[in-house]
Amino acid sequence: MTTLTPILTARWGKPDSWRLNTYQADGGYKALAKALTMKPPELVDLIKSSGLRGRGGAGFPTGLKWSFLPAPDGGPRYLVVNADESEPGTCKDVPLMMADPHLLLEGIAITAYAIGCNHAFIYLRGEVVHVYRRLMRAVEEAKEAGLLGSGILGHEFDLTVTVHAGAGAYICGEETALLDSLEGKRGQPRLKPPFPAVEGLYARPTVVNNVETIASVPGILANGTSWFTSMGTEKSAGHGIFSLSGHVTRPGQYEAPFGITLRELLDMAGGIRQGHELKFWTPGGSSTPLLTAEHLDVPLDYESVVGAGSMLGTRALQIFDETTCVVRAVTRWMEFYAHESCGKCTPCREGTSWLSSTLQAIQAGRGRPADLEILADVSGSIIGKAFCPLGDGAPSSLTSSLKYFRSEYEDHVALGACPFDPAASTLTEEVAA
Amino acid sequence: MSPTDALVPVTIDGVQISVEPGTLIVRAAEQAGIAIPRFCDHPQLKPVGACRQCLVDVSSPGPDGKQRAFPKPQAACTMPVVPGMVVQTAATSPNAAAAQTAVMELLLTNHPLDCPTCDKAGECPLQNQAMAVGRDASRYTCAKRTYPKPIALTAEILLDRERCILCQRCTRFADQIAADPFIALQSRGARQQVGRFDPAAWLGRPDGAAGRVSEDAVTAELAPIVDTQHAPAVPGSNSLATAELPPISDQADTAEPPGMALALDGRPFASYFSGNLIQLCPVGALTSASYRFQARPFDLVSTESVAEHDSSACDVRIDVRRGQVRRRLAAGGPDGPSREWLTDKDRFAFAWQSLPERLTSPLVRHNGELRPASWPEAIAAAAAGLTSANSTGVLPGGRLTFEDALAYSVFARAVLATSDVDFRARPHSAEEAAFLNRFVAGTGTGVTLDDLAAASHVILVGFEPEEEGGIVYLRLREAAKAGARIEAIAPYASPGIRRLGAHLIQVLPGTEAAALTKLLDDAAPLPGTLILLGERLALAPGALAAAAHQQGGRLAWIPRRVGERAGVEAGLLPGPLPPHLASALTSAFGDALSGAPSGAAAQDPTTPDPATSDPTGRDTSAMLAAAAAGQLDALVVGGVEVDDLPDPTLARTALDRAFTVSLEILPSQATALADVVLPVAPPAEKSGTYITWEGRPKPFGRVLTSTAMPDSKVLQAIATAMDRPIDLTPATASTVLEAIQSADAAASPTASAPLDIPDLAERGNTEQVQPVAGQALLATWHLNLDAGRLQAGDPHLAGTAKAPFAVLSRATAFEVDVRDGERLTVSTEAGAITVPVRIGEIPDRVVWLPTNSSGCQVRATLGVSGGIVQIEPTPTDRREVVA
Repeated sequence: MTTLTPILTARWGKPDSWRLNTYQADGGYKALAKALTMKPPELVDLIKSSGLRGRGGAGFPTGLKWSFLPAPDGGPRYLVVNADESEPGTCKDVPLMMADPHLLLEGIAITAYAIGCNHAFIYLRGEVVHVYRRLMRAVEEAKEAGLLGSGILGHEFDLTVTVHAGAGAYICGEETALLDSLEGKRGQPRLKPPFPAVEGLYARPTVVNNVETIASVPGILANGTSWFTSMGTEKSAGHGIFSLSGHVTRPGQYEAPFGITLRELLDMAGGIRQGHELKFWTPGGSSTPLLTAEHLDVPLDYESVVGAGSMLGTRALQIFDETTCVVRAVTRWMEFYAHESCGKCTPCREGTSWLSSTLQAIQAGRGRPADLEILADVSGSIIGKAFCPLGDGAPSSLTSSLKYFRSEYEDHVALGACPFDPAASTLTEEVAA
Repeated sequence: MSPTDALVPVTIDGVQISVEPGTLIVRAAEQAGIAIPRFCDHPQLKPVGACRQCLVDVSSPGPDGKQRAFPKPQAACTMPVVPGMVVQTAATSPNAAAAQTAVMELLLTNHPLDCPTCDKAGECPLQNQAMAVGRDASRYTCAKRTYPKPIALTAEILLDRERCILCQRCTRFADQIAADPFIALQSRGARQQVGRFDPAAWLGRPDGAAGRVSEDAVTAELAPIVDTQHAPAVPGSNSLATAELPPISDQADTAEPPGMALALDGRPFASYFSGNLIQLCPVGALTSASYRFQARPFDLVSTESVAEHDSSACDVRIDVRRGQVRRRLAAGGPDGPSREWLTDKDRFAFAWQSLPERLTSPLVRHNGELRPASWPEAIAAAAAGLTSANSTGVLPGGRLTFEDALAYSVFARAVLATSDVDFRARPHSAEEAAFLNRFVAGTGTGVTLDDLAAASHVILVGFEPEEEGGIVYLRLREAAKAGARIEAIAPYASPGIRRLGAHLIQVLPGTEAAALTKLLDDAAPLPGTLILLGERLALAPGALAAAAHQQGGRLAWIPRRVGERAGVEAGLLPGPLPPHLASALTSAFGDALSGAPSGAAAQDPTTPDPATSDPTGRDTSAMLAAAAAGQLDALVVGGVEVDDLPDPTLARTALDRAFTVSLEILPSQATALADVVLPVAPPAEKSGTYITWEGRPKPFGRVLTSTAMPDSKVLQAIATAMDRPIDLTPATASTVLEAIQSADAAASPTASAPLDIPDLAERGNTEQVQPVAGQALLATWHLNLDAGRLQAGDPHLAGTAKAPFAVLSRATAFEVDVRDGERLTVSTEAGAITVPVRIGEIPDRVVWLPTNSSGCQVRATLGVSGGIVQIEPTPTDRREVVA
């Protein structure tokens, strides 16, 4: 039986958890002090050997990403923290920054030192103004305490941290669109290569990492790689936040080792809401293909979830019980993608809006038998043909729902109406309590 | 060839081909003769990978040497080839074919089925490629995206947003090539659209279709209010005391200064290159107001030709429907001298050739009144008048083909036996004439447009690349992007200079010589240095002499008008012919040039032969002064606008007093004052050869069937009537041109040491006049689009021109109490011009005005081209500054 491993979430319940003194009383910034006694390449090697993988969804090995930066040439190098958490269902970074901003700042300082960066940016989703304020205050506190700024902890290391609020576009979670947006341009993904490691922010070598990735760094410094690799699986080492939402008794953030199963997480969360049973779920947000009750025991690590036909993504587990109309759920998601498609490439721009319109028609009872073929074909026209991963991920829920629940689409078309009662699937206060 | 630049072997659809490293798949396929459909791809724009139409299957060798296929189809327009790469296009890969069909289906979902009424239909890449890779029938049954249509991006450029496939060619051109990104993508997803952030269009208001914002709204938004409370005081010591002002900054800011220029239609000024967007557009989304609904592509007869405006004589394609020119497109290919781009002037300004008021019949003055006459009558009248004149001056104008220029030259020197001939219908100087005869005439092709693009160091002297050079600016942009150092000697950094990232060496108008001398003294030009000289250096004493003395760099004189280089080459400068030209003409025309003087001079031995009595010849101003004073009996005038001349009032007197034969296309002040008016053919109705500023001959054929005669034929007829027939055939012209061109190598100025231009170097030391408060030195040059006669007839194009404005320094504006955006009156004894003022980085007590814009015609109104003018605010309802 896997147990919870509160590391990133350890302080969330403490009074004034966001204060510097709370963090320091808990051993905060000691990892930074330790890091500053090491040589930057040693730090990169340490993170490499820890097996830490990117927590933003793609799971790229973090240490390897850092090592891609070209040798220092005297010019600036940047660290950009992707805090543009926008994936439907994903809600781990916002509470982390809200409850424990100094954990992120310490991770930023260590990472910046490791990659030879003196100016780091946090690109924050603009809607979360409360988090923006909290981060700004935390940066201020750290600066006053000499933990940021110049000559950090008496070492020859200067670091400025800029917190930047985005303007509310899902595409800006894509790292190159994020960089364009941070530069003041319209957020649209860039052509790669050049990759950000070579030409990132302001065409300088740049590391872009997710909040949770960077927040995992101090723990590895403080406790060592064997501590980190003792958690999780061989290829998906360590701990991570699993965000349970939807038709679950106690939704929330559950920090656990990689490889935990949904069955175990549901046990911790009090199970599916009472009197109901699991119908389908997303392992990592709406851009990952749906799974069903048959996947309850799939270990939630990168490889196993791919083996089950989906992706671990951001570990945003959205749980839906049998009252849910899958066509309705997929329609909502597709509306989101049609709204958030940046418009740069044809497949995503035209495809998502076509899918969205078609799904709306089916959901409203105006579907035709031929529409199922269109849904499948247009999904195929987007997947693998779009410019960036937004397009690749957009039809995931649709294609997987057609695989597992095709008859539900056919029922909508045959009935000329939705056979579900939307009220039945609606979560009310009493149910959640 | 070193191993690193060895060719890369790739296989495309089974065809093996080796290409340059870094070649994109789509380009390699072109070389292999394999077509891959595409929309966003353009060889001159950076890859973007937006449309996804060019998806192909790709595999390439992995580190172990085994061929590995990419799991997804790849965009051929963004992926460079690697050795051993195997590409399968739709022709050989069902997977690639399916991907291309899928993308085409998506492109067409929201594209309107309005091909029957779309200008692009018949020459539309979307239409063509939909036929090739699209499905037979549409499966899309949802509502199509619609917008109010069209919106006017400018007075000339219209956008039908629902036709747009968002390939970004237009926005990328504006951003990457012209560097005047007046359009941008806005909104996102399915609502993404190209636009100018025009609120009316953007927010879909009912009036959005018109795309117009009221002039007041634009003015209110764009005209900044200058806080005079905090304006700097006028410096106690007059900064004009020295001609060598420090440069404004080391690196000119490439951004536009606040207070954007407005176009005449009230919108913010957009671009001089906006027509290229239409030609780049792979669908019918961008159209021009002048061509919209005028023709179907399959009804057009297309002829390759050459544009008649600026001195680069760009390659154009002229499309004719039923005997009428309907549009012009850029031609010459992407590797051509103009890179297949055009200025809007070259593209849209052709209506002038067929204006209703065009002269169609000869006119002869009888009893003080011009009346239509037959050709024989008019020729006889011209011949009689010229024969009886004791002395005749020739003003051929600066729009000449080489053939016509040669005709004027031979007509002047052999038939009239005069060296009073000058093509310069603009301010000019003896220094300039000497410079042109020595350093330009007979030098063949020197610096080229391609040289500009490849330059590492360029010095602009009295030359505005964008306003005066058009395509020259675009080619210099290539150099700027590649990191060239560009220096500009000018009174202020115009937007074109700023966008080249040029380093401004700020001078008072007319003092360019000192700055150039200092620049050349400080650091000798390198062999790669290009020194570009503009026509306003005729007003800067010593500047051309200073340029002539430089050693190491390469000189290029870039006049505005298309015919000026031909004028130089054909000997249309006053005085004796340059030796190489004299020998070329003698061998072509025999002893006609050295023969006895004609006309009255021949009959009356007491009359001195003007050609021999004044071997230096009289220039334009001297001829006009002499004619006005009754010392020159007759004038032969070509395409000359009186208001372009240094002193229009003097010119009118001269034309009125002398017996004037005017060879013109459109009625003008000159034709109104002439005694014989002979209509000649506009460029589209004749063949000929323009000579670019580079020295490159650009021959063109006749586009329209016409009975109109070129100037050369008319002059030949007069010569025959004067009993001095001369052999002026295109073949003779071509022989002379060949002789001049082949004389180059020996005469090349870079091959020999520069010569002194006598008595000219000292002229740079003339005393600079000192303006006092309320006065300013006038700086002026032409804007690219202005009130020029050859831009008449297209109101849409005219609407895109910059509205005239004056530029003053902050201190001078404060001194005369005028705020940014308020109106300023600039006056001389001759007249006054009132225009809005913009505060700019210009020397104190200098005012800049556009030379010949609508409402701001400096020479016509003020009667000057420089020197001291009066400046004063115009009474206005001043907006109060809200603190």
